[in-house]
Amino acid sequence: MAEFEPKIVAFVCNWCTYAGADLTGTSRIKYASNVRIIRFPCTGRIDYMLLLKSFDEGADGIIVSGCHPNDCHYTSGNFHARRRWIMFRSLCDFIGIDTERIKFSWVSAAEGAKWADIVNSTVASIRAKGPYTDYKKVAKYPEKEVNHG
Amino acid sequence: MTLGFYPGCSLKGSSREYAESVLAVAEAFDIHLEEIKDWNCCGATAAHNMNKELSLALPARILSLAEKQGLTELVVPCAACYSRLTVTKHELSENPALKAVVTEANDLAYTGSVNVLNIVQMLDKYIIPNLEGKVVKPFDHKVACYYGCLLVRPHEILKFDREEDPQSMDALMLKAGATPIDWAFKTECCGAGLSVSRTSSVGRLSGKIMGDAKDRGAEAIIVACPMCHSNLDMRRDAINSYLGEKVDIPVLYITQAIGLAIGLDRKTLGLQRHFVKVSV
Amino acid sequence: MSKIGVFVCHCGENISSTVDCEKVAATVGKYDGVAFSVDYKYMCSDPGQSIIKNAIAEKGLTGVVVAACSPRMHEPTFRKVCAEAGLNPYMCEMANLREHCSWVHEKGEATTEKAIDLVRILVEKVKYNQSLNSIKVPVTKTALVIGGGIAGIQASLDIANTGHKVILIEKDPSIGGHMSQLSETFPTLDCSQCILTPRMVEVAQHPNITLYTYAELESLEGFIGNFKAKIRKKSKSLDEKLCTGCGLCTTKCPTKKIPSEFNEGLGNRTAIYVPFPQAVPNKPVIDRIHCTYYTKGKCKICEKVCPTGAIRFDQEDQIVEVEVGAIVVATGFAVKRPDFFPEYGYGKYADVITGLQFERLASASGPTLGEIRRPSDGKIPEKIVFLACAGSRDPAKGIPYCSKICCMYIAKHAMLYQHKVHSGKSYVFYMDIRAGGKMYEEFVRRAIEDDGVNYIRGRVSKIYEKNGKLIVSGVDTLLNAMPVEIEADMVVLATAGVANEGAEELAQKLHISYDPYKFFAEAHPKLKPVETNTGGIFLAGSCQAPRDIPESVAMASGAAVKVAGLFSQDELTREPIIAVVNRQAAPVYSSCVGCFLCVSACPYQAIEKEEIKNRTGDLIKSIAKVNPGLCQGCGTCVAFCRTKSIDIQGYTHEQMYSEVMALLNEY
Repeated sequence: MAEFEPKIVAFVCNWCTYAGADLTGTSRIKYASNVRIIRFPCTGRIDYMLLLKSFDEGADGIIVSGCHPNDCHYTSGNFHARRRWIMFRSLCDFIGIDTERIKFSWVSAAEGAKWADIVNSTVASIRAKGPYTDYKKVAKYPEKEVNHG
Repeated sequence: MTLGFYPGCSLKGSSREYAESVLAVAEAFDIHLEEIKDWNCCGATAAHNMNKELSLALPARILSLAEKQGLTELVVPCAACYSRLTVTKHELSENPALKAVVTEANDLAYTGSVNVLNIVQMLDKYIIPNLEGKVVKPFDHKVACYYGCLLVRPHEILKFDREEDPQSMDALMLKAGATPIDWAFKTECCGAGLSVSRTSSVGRLSGKIMGDAKDRGAEAIIVACPMCHSNLDMRRDAINSYLGEKVDIPVLYITQAIGLAIGLDRKTLGLQRHFVKVSV
Repeated sequence: MSKIGVFVCHCGENISSTVDCEKVAATVGKYDGVAFSVDYKYMCSDPGQSIIKNAIAEKGLTGVVVAACSPRMHEPTFRKVCAEAGLNPYMCEMANLREHCSWVHEKGEATTEKAIDLVRILVEKVKYNQSLNSIKVPVTKTALVIGGGIAGIQASLDIANTGHKVILIEKDPSIGGHMSQLSETFPTLDCSQCILTPRMVEVAQHPNITLYTYAELESLEGFIGNFKAKIRKKSKSLDEKLCTGCGLCTTKCPTKKIPSEFNEGLGNRTAIYVPFPQAVPNKPVIDRIHCTYYTKGKCKICEKVCPTGAIRFDQEDQIVEVEVGAIVVATGFAVKRPDFFPEYGYGKYADVITGLQFERLASASGPTLGEIRRPSDGKIPEKIVFLACAGSRDPAKGIPYCSKICCMYIAKHAMLYQHKVHSGKSYVFYMDIRAGGKMYEEFVRRAIEDDGVNYIRGRVSKIYEKNGKLIVSGVDTLLNAMPVEIEADMVVLATAGVANEGAEELAQKLHISYDPYKFFAEAHPKLKPVETNTGGIFLAGSCQAPRDIPESVAMASGAAVKVAGLFSQDELTREPIIAVVNRQAAPVYSSCVGCFLCVSACPYQAIEKEEIKNRTGDLIKSIAKVNPGLCQGCGTCVAFCRTKSIDIQGYTHEQMYSEVMALLNEY
C-alpha cells in the first residue's frame, strides 16, 4: 500500500506567516507538498468554524499560524486568535475532534526555515495518525465526562 | 478565641519575657494562644545558606503541624522565625516541585492554608481595635520604634509596611499613648548574629542606633525581635564603650509597652529580666 | 455565470522546472466558470500583460486568476493590468505557484497537483469577489498640537511654516513648558530662556498659529484627516482683549503666599498671576482655588485697580469646537514627587530638593536670582550632594527604566554649583554615567576634571538630618563597597521622569496606546517613532519617553513632516479591504443584533453604534457600523460576530468557505 499522504490546510495571516512561507520559497528550502495555504489578513479574522468545516470536508490536519505575540500587524489580532483557540480546543475535545490534528503556531516573516519545519513535522505526525476518516469511524462520544483542561 | 502560637527558640530562652508579655497581653484580650505541639527549629539563621530544601522543610513542618492541629492563623513573635515561615510559604506556593520534595521529606501534608502573623500584625488585627477602653496608664513617653532588618523584608514577599522608613509600630505605639520620634535608624543593622562572635561589631552597629535614639530624646526603644532586643539590651556595655558614655535608655518589646499601658503587672510582663533597668 | 480567465506563468523556469504549467492551464481550463486559460513564459512582462488585457476585452472576463509568484510581489501589478483593461482591480487574485510551490517542492506529479489545487482555490474565490472601489477620505488641513513645551512649540512652528494652520493648546497659563524653567542647558551651558523665549514669541505672532493657553482637550472624535476636537478653555477670569498686560493687578493682589508652580514651590506667587516674566501670552489668570474673592466672596482689588476694566469674575469655561486633520501630542512629562523616597527625606527636609528645583535656584530669573541658596535658611551650601537615579532604574520603585536626561543635568548642576560657589564641594552618587550624545561625554569629563566634582559610584541608602546637616549614607562600589557618609548642606535628587498625571485619560480620549509606565506608545520602536497606532496622530517629546531638548525638537520636526506629508494630499486613498455590516431591506434592516462584541474586539475603535429610526424618529434598532476611515481591515470583528453580520471585503465568509470547499473536494 502506498504511504498515506495527508491533506493539510494551512490558515495563515498575510503579514507574518504568509510572508514567512514566501521566504521559505526564496530560500529554496524544500518541504512536504501536502500543505495548501489559505491567506487571511490576520489570524484574528480566522473563523474557527472553518476548521470544523475543513475536517468535515476531508482535511486530515490543519495548521493555524500568524505573527508572534506582540508582533501583530493589527496590534492584537493574534491575541484574539490565541484566546479563541484555547476555548475552541476545549470545544473540540468535547465534541470529539482530535485537537492533535490542529497545529497552532507563530511564524514570523523572517522564519522561513521554521515554516518548513512546522509543515514537515505536522505532515509526519498526521501521517502517523492516519486519515481523519479512519479517526471518525473509531471516534465515539465519550461515555464519561471529558476533562476540559 | 484561639490563635496558633509558634514561640521558636528565643522565646523559650533568652527572650522569655517576650513570650510572657505576648501571652499576657493576649490573655487580657481573651485570646488563647495555642502552642504548636512538637515544634522544631525554624532554620534561622544558618539553614538557608547551607541547604535550600532543609531551610524550607523546617518551617514547612511547623506549618504542617499547625494545619494538623486545625489552626488557621499562627502568631510568630520572633522576626527571624516570621521571615522564615513567610518566605517558605511563598516559595512553596510558587514552586510545586519544591513543595513535593518538602512534603515527602517531612512526611506531613502541607497545603499552605495557615495565615502567618507577626506580632505587629497580630496586635493590629486583634488588640488595637479593642485597646481604647483598656488603656489605664498611657505609655506617655518619647519612643524610638526600631524595626530591624527582618520584620519588613523582603517586601516583595511580606507585602507588609514600607521597607524603607516603616510606620506600623509607630502607629501602634501612638495608640498606646506614646510619642514616636522621627529618627534615622529604624531598619539599620543591629549586628544580629555577630552578638557572640564579634561583640565589638555589635557594639559599633547597635551603638549608632542607640546614639541616634538618644540624640533625638528617646526615652525608650520599642522592638519586636528577640535578636534586636538582646543586642540593644544585653550588649549595652559594648554599646556604651563605643559611644564613650553611659546610656540607660531601656529597650522594651512592643507587647511589654502595651502591657504596661493596659495596667498589667511589671513582673507578668517580665520587665525584671532586662539588663538595662526599665525605669519608664 | 462567471467568466474567469486563468493565466499561468512559467516565471522563466522558476515555476515550469518543477510544475507542469501546460497541464495546470489545461486542467483548470475545464472547470466551471473558467472561460479562458493559458500559460506563458513571463506573465508580468509587457507581452504577458497584453495577453491578460486582450483576454479581458475579447472574452469579456468577469474575474482573473494569475498563477505566478507571491501576491506580496505582483498583486498590485496585475490588479493595475485589470483596471487598465476595464475590469475592477479587486476581481483579480493571484495563486502563489512560485514561493509556495515550485521553489519548495521537487519536480513531480504531486507538485503539479498542488499547483492545480492552488489555482482552483483562487478560481472558486474569484467567483465570489465583488467590485470594490478604493476609499477616498478628505483631509482637513489644520493641525492640533497638544502641549506648548519645546516639542509642541517646534512642531507648531514647523507645520505653520509649511503654510498650514495650527491650533496649539496648552494647559498652563503660558507656553514654554519645562524648558522655560531650566537655568542653563547641557552641553553648551547656554541659557535656556534665551534660546526659548524668541520661539515662544514667534508662536504667538505666527499668522498660521492659533494659541489657546489655559486650555485642555475635552474630547476627540473622528479619524485621520477628519478629527473633531472639543477644547475646554478654562476661565482666566479675564477679558484678554481688554487686558494690556500691565501687571498692576498682580502687584496689588493681597493673596501673595501661594507656592509658585513655575519656581517648583521655592517662591511664591499671587492669586492673580503671570507664571513668569517672559510668559506668552503675558496676561494674568486668576487661580480660583486661592483667590479671596472666590473663596470668601470679597476682595475684588484686582478689578478696582485694573485700568482697562478687564477682570471678569463671572467668566465661565468655554468649549471651542475645531476640525483638524492631524494631531501632534506633545504633553511632556512630570517628575516624581514627595513620599516616593521616605529614605531620602524628600518633603521632610527642606534642603532635599529635586533637580527641577535646583534649576530654579540656579536660574537668573529664579527665586534666589541665580544664587545657590538652600531653601531652609537661605545659606549658601558648602557641601552639596547630587543623587543620580532617584527612582530611575529601580524596579523596587516600579521604575525599571533609565530616565535618560539625569546623568547630563546632574553634571550640569554640579558644574553650575562649582562655578557659583568656588569654595564649595560637590559630590555625585551615580550607578553608571550615561552620556551618549554629541559633546555629552566631554561635558561630563569637564565637570569631573576641570570643575573637580567628586563622582562616587554607588547608591545612597538613606539621608537623615543630624545637627543641622544632612547625613548622606551610601556606598562606594569602586572602593570595595566601602560605606560612605557625607555631611551635606543640601541634597539634589535626580528624580525619575514619569508620565504626566492624567496621561492615561488623554490616551483614552485620543484612542492611542500607552506603555506600562503610561508613556504614549509609538507605532514602531525603530521605524515609526513619531507615529501612533491611530492614523493621523503623532507624538513629539517626552510624552513618549524621557527625552532631552535636542531629541524633543528632532521628534517634533519629524512629527511636523508627517503632518505636512498628510496635508500635501487633498484626499487620502485607502484599500477597500475593510469590514462592513450587512444592511438589508425593512423590516430586518440588518442581521446585526446589536451585541457590539465587535466594538470591544476592534483594535482601532472603528466600529460605532448606528441607530436605525423610522420616519417619525422612533428607534427601531441599534446596529454596528464600521467607520471606513478608521478600519484597517484585520477582520477580528468578523470572527467575533455571532450572527455573521459583519464581513470583510476581499476576505468574505463566502470567499473563505469557497476556498476551503474547493480545496478539499476533488473536482
